[in-house]
Amino acid sequence: MTTAQSREPSGAMRPDPEPFEIIFAGRPVPVLPGQTVGAALHASGIRSWRTTRENGRPRGLFCGIGVCFDCLVTVNGDPSRRACLIEARPGDVVTTQEGGGHDA
Amino acid sequence: MTRDLAVIGAGPAGLAAAVTAAATGLRVVLVDAGARPGGQYFRHPPDTLAGPRGAARHGWAEFARLRDELAGHVAAGRITHLAGHAVWHVEAHSEEADARFTLHLGGTGSVAVSSGAVREVRARALVIAAGAHDRPLPFPGWDLPGVLTAGGAQALLKGSLVVAGRRVVVAGTGPFLLPVAAGLASAGARVEGVFEANRPGRFARHGARVLRNAGKLAEGAGYAAVLLRHRVPYRVGHAIVAAHGDDAVESVTVARLDRDWTPVRGGERVIECDAVAVGYGFTPQLEIPVELGCATRVDADGSLVVVVDAAQRTSVPGVYAAGETTGVGGAPLALTEGRLAGQAVAAALGAPPARPSRRLLARRARLRAFAATLHDAYAVRPGWAGWLRPDTLVCRCEEVPYGRLDEAVRELGAIDPRAAKLISRAGMGWCQGRICGYPTACLTARIRKRAPDVADLTGLARRPLAQPVRLGDLAEDPAAGGAEDADGADPGGGGPC
Ligand code: FES
Repeated sequence: MTTAQSREPSGAMRPDPEPFEIIFAGRPVPVLPGQTVGAALHASGIRSWRTTRENGRPRGLFCGIGVCFDCLVTVNGDPSRRACLIEARPGDVVTTQEGGGHDA
Repeated sequence: MTRDLAVIGAGPAGLAAAVTAAATGLRVVLVDAGARPGGQYFRHPPDTLAGPRGAARHGWAEFARLRDELAGHVAAGRITHLAGHAVWHVEAHSEEADARFTLHLGGTGSVAVSSGAVREVRARALVIAAGAHDRPLPFPGWDLPGVLTAGGAQALLKGSLVVAGRRVVVAGTGPFLLPVAAGLASAGARVEGVFEANRPGRFARHGARVLRNAGKLAEGAGYAAVLLRHRVPYRVGHAIVAAHGDDAVESVTVARLDRDWTPVRGGERVIECDAVAVGYGFTPQLEIPVELGCATRVDADGSLVVVVDAAQRTSVPGVYAAGETTGVGGAPLALTEGRLAGQAVAAALGAPPARPSRRLLARRARLRAFAATLHDAYAVRPGWAGWLRPDTLVCRCEEVPYGRLDEAVRELGAIDPRAAKLISRAGMGWCQGRICGYPTACLTARIRKRAPDVADLTGLARRPLAQPVRLGDLAEDPAAGGAEDADGADPGGGGPC
């Protein structure tokens, strides 16, 4: 395991990543470089960002790996992106989605 | 592009297969949806993110070695690694064709590949190592935000270093719950409890097998120590039978279960939490092998899996499978099967195998026996259907409540899952039944007092596209009538299905 450790230095040994912001529903959300849009929203206490077609119920992350499509979100005007897969980029504008977004 | 071998999936099995085959001189293309190799098991954050890298994770040293080998083969031009590429369709050409398989690819939208995206890959042989995803069971309130699959909570932590919640309840069945709970507790979450629906004490009956897999056992003991240190209660014979909250989960009801998982009267209590991680095993991703016509069977854990022979060959010539695709068994087994598949492909294509595989064969047999023991100890028992209420969603995408599915089965005569799906719309939404397929199959087969069989599960695993793609990506695909393939000549000729 020592080899693995020297190959994979701990966070303390690497430069701190510069956090940046994305905009969700008009307000800034902090992101660490490399985080997905879904992870950044979830980390900020935002648990849902779309409502379902039939019952208008809130949805956010569920499977976390791109399988369930619960986490669909609009990013920079592009609808029905899976928030759990898409990596956040500085200045991304993330908006909520209603009705499941079958219009992709 | 045309290669000797195409490997689908860069988790432990796919990586091992690609590296093993490349070491014999074969030219390999490794297609994976992720941005970085490792799959779900060795998921790790990008280098831009500080934090624990995974060195402490079980098997990480072996993964790091494989990843270095991959980098070496990529640098030498023996492996082409297509990260951020999803396979949405595989064509099999006639046996005379030089490159028997054509893989049609699309972007995943998660990784920037738009300019350099490859749309089509041809290969003489195919290794399918597509892995598995969580297998959740429905319960009232499981659609509330904050309720995550166990793998989802793990992916958040491993991939983005985000802790699922401040107060988390972990529940389901299987040894995977332990690393999930230990990871959450170590990262600062208060884990209110781990609720294992089975009573794996029965496990003691299989003592000899457990001893022969001491490495695996030590891993479990390590997680148990972490849970102990964080004072996380571990309760067997308990499950979350309901989640409560308005717009997000605020609490769960945990019930004591009998052996069949029917809640015991009076054995309920409510636990406050802001996140839940649940998982009842895993579902292998079988779209591609099912589409190719590979023979399948129902494994001991109730999952549909691909049948392979001693050389990891499927029933379709030229198609091999490794890892969870052939039966859920964890990373060490996946690595072993991947190596064996890589050797078998090399032998079949005339390259000398890297090394004798007797040791690998013995290891595979031992790990498969261990997996079978686990499947037995952590099987899904039928009583979970009793947790459902008529308004409990079974299909999250199409919002099909249990009452409507039950009506389709009992009153409209939908006695097989396909009919139930057509009538109730369960499994017809975005996820194409990936999440609700297993519970729907169980609920419809139950009416005939049996477990789902191959036909039931295949009906739900058959999907028009292996990966949902956006219409823009389809329009750009040469097979869909777009531009000419850059590689020129088309040996096989077959069009899209
Ligand atoms: S959370 Fe399931 S697809 Fe994103």
